Amino acid sequence: MNAGPFVLHRQRRHAAVVTALLMLGSVLLLLLGTGVGSTGFESLFDLRDDPVALQIIRDIRAPRALGAWLAGALLGLAGAIAQGLFRNPLADPYLLGSASGASFGVAVALALIGTTPLATEWLTRLGLTSAAFAGAVAAVFLTLTLARGVQHTLRLLLAGVVVGVVLGALASLIMMLRPEVMLAMQAFMLGSTSFVGWPACALMALVWFVCLLVSAALSPLLDGLSLGEATATSLGLPLTQMRGVLVAVLALATGAAVAQTGLIAFVGLAAPHLVRSMIRSTHRLFMLTSSVMGGALLLSADTLARSLVAPQELPVGVLTAVLGGGYLLWLMHRRAGRPTLS
Amino acid sequence: MMPGSDTAAIETRALRAQLGGVEVLHGIDLRVRRGRWTSVVGPNGAGKSTLLKAVAHLTPHAGAVHLLGADMASMGARERARTLSWLGQNESSGDDLTVWDVAMLGRLPHQAWLAAPSAADYAAVEQALRATQAWEWRERALGQLSGGERQRVLLARALAVGADVMLMDEPLANLDPPHQAHWLAIVRALVEQGKTVVSVLHEVTMALHADDIAIMEQGRLRHHGASGDHATHAALMAVFEHCIRIQPLGDQWVALPRA
Repeated sequence: MNAGPFVLHRQRRHAAVVTALLMLGSVLLLLLGTGVGSTGFESLFDLRDDPVALQIIRDIRAPRALGAWLAGALLGLAGAIAQGLFRNPLADPYLLGSASGASFGVAVALALIGTTPLATEWLTRLGLTSAAFAGAVAAVFLTLTLARGVQHTLRLLLAGVVVGVVLGALASLIMMLRPEVMLAMQAFMLGSTSFVGWPACALMALVWFVCLLVSAALSPLLDGLSLGEATATSLGLPLTQMRGVLVAVLALATGAAVAQTGLIAFVGLAAPHLVRSMIRSTHRLFMLTSSVMGGALLLSADTLARSLVAPQELPVGVLTAVLGGGYLLWLMHRRAGRPTLS
Repeated sequence: MMPGSDTAAIETRALRAQLGGVEVLHGIDLRVRRGRWTSVVGPNGAGKSTLLKAVAHLTPHAGAVHLLGADMASMGARERARTLSWLGQNESSGDDLTVWDVAMLGRLPHQAWLAAPSAADYAAVEQALRATQAWEWRERALGQLSGGERQRVLLARALAVGADVMLMDEPLANLDPPHQAHWLAIVRALVEQGKTVVSVLHEVTMALHADDIAIMEQGRLRHHGASGDHATHAALMAVFEHCIRIQPLGDQWVALPRA
């Protein structure tokens, strides 16, 4: 029988086709997201002789669509890493306290900026973004410190829960003491892509690229870990170091997405599951595909959020929660209903 | 001693290990001869699995372990992984990986970082999957296999390493009788190639097929000798509180419950 590099022809080809289709779908979604506005495709037809339409498309819709895709891609990647790292299909990017950390950071920033008369809209935006990022990353490092390293998965998860609850409570406390920040906080916690501009896109693209490269390089660890920690160690993998780097990647990717778009629900959890239902692959391709899937998910949700009740907008986080959760449930029941898993 | 077997494959000195703060290995001095199959037997909780883990450097321990004459503490992780392959029991298994991908993980210690698998890797994986009769399922996911089928894939993963020393913890778990017999043939072939196999086995009759038997009880090595020796049989019956007797059947020894 023919061995050699082509033994897995069918599986590999299928996985490659799915990934390529998802990428193509993402490009189409980007075009659609850029084209569709609160009045349908109107501005697209006026493009040639209406400088305002051009400006809307170039400076608002295009970066917003790309930003939604990138934030989703970061969350999808982070979700795939978290599920591999903790060997738990329920793991999501916010597991190590980053979501509550970001909320806390934003609450503190809002409370502080609210008192400064000099604060311009731009400065507020920058301040909130940095505060969310700093909060998310700091929360993960607090979790690591409390768990005393990355060696014990269970300790890490428990520390993440504790950090999440405590920081969440502190953020709520700030909201109670300063009720005027409540509205802005709520918008952040529901997630929104409406503030994403070109600089934010560039930043997220850079982070995405770096995170994708590093996680691809460390993917053998996640493959090995799926056979158990002892087996992974027996294969000569430096578990502690590689885990540390992957946790850092997880924090960076989540922090970058959360900082620009707030707490988008379910994308990080659902994207890897959807990919898993379509392809079987080692983590290198699995992480890339989950990432592209996350981008496609968030971008479709964002486009829907803008057009469902146009000219009004739904918070995109609400849509991702409803759509992502619904699809996941459907997937679960469809699988459970079958006599044999395929 | 048999000619050519005077180098120890594994040599431990005063090996101690703890589980959850309780010492479960109380200073083990074990010398496993090269090119032989040694079975480790003993009652539940005797420390058999911990011994294998400590030898493979997978659990913290005190005392020295030498692998083919070299101090394991001074070996690099990859070199160690190439020389010694370990098959655990009740480890989680990657349900989403294909059988092929799982077996290929056994080649990790041989692959340069980020490098694609070489022709040698492909050959070793195919050979291992064929040896355990798992080749036909190579495109299926591990999650789609039964317990026994999965065990054969995990065995193939351990074989694919191509290490000189193999440690197997309960390798017969979930295997039906034909595949247990097949496993015996695989181990015999490995030993004929000069490899060393150490297996923890629950079934005393299966363990009696080995060249040597190491008998453990309460974290100590009670006896270590050839499986055909009368002293070994006596130690086996003593350690199982004389609930079994060992009798010849054809050219084999069998352990039977004492009626």
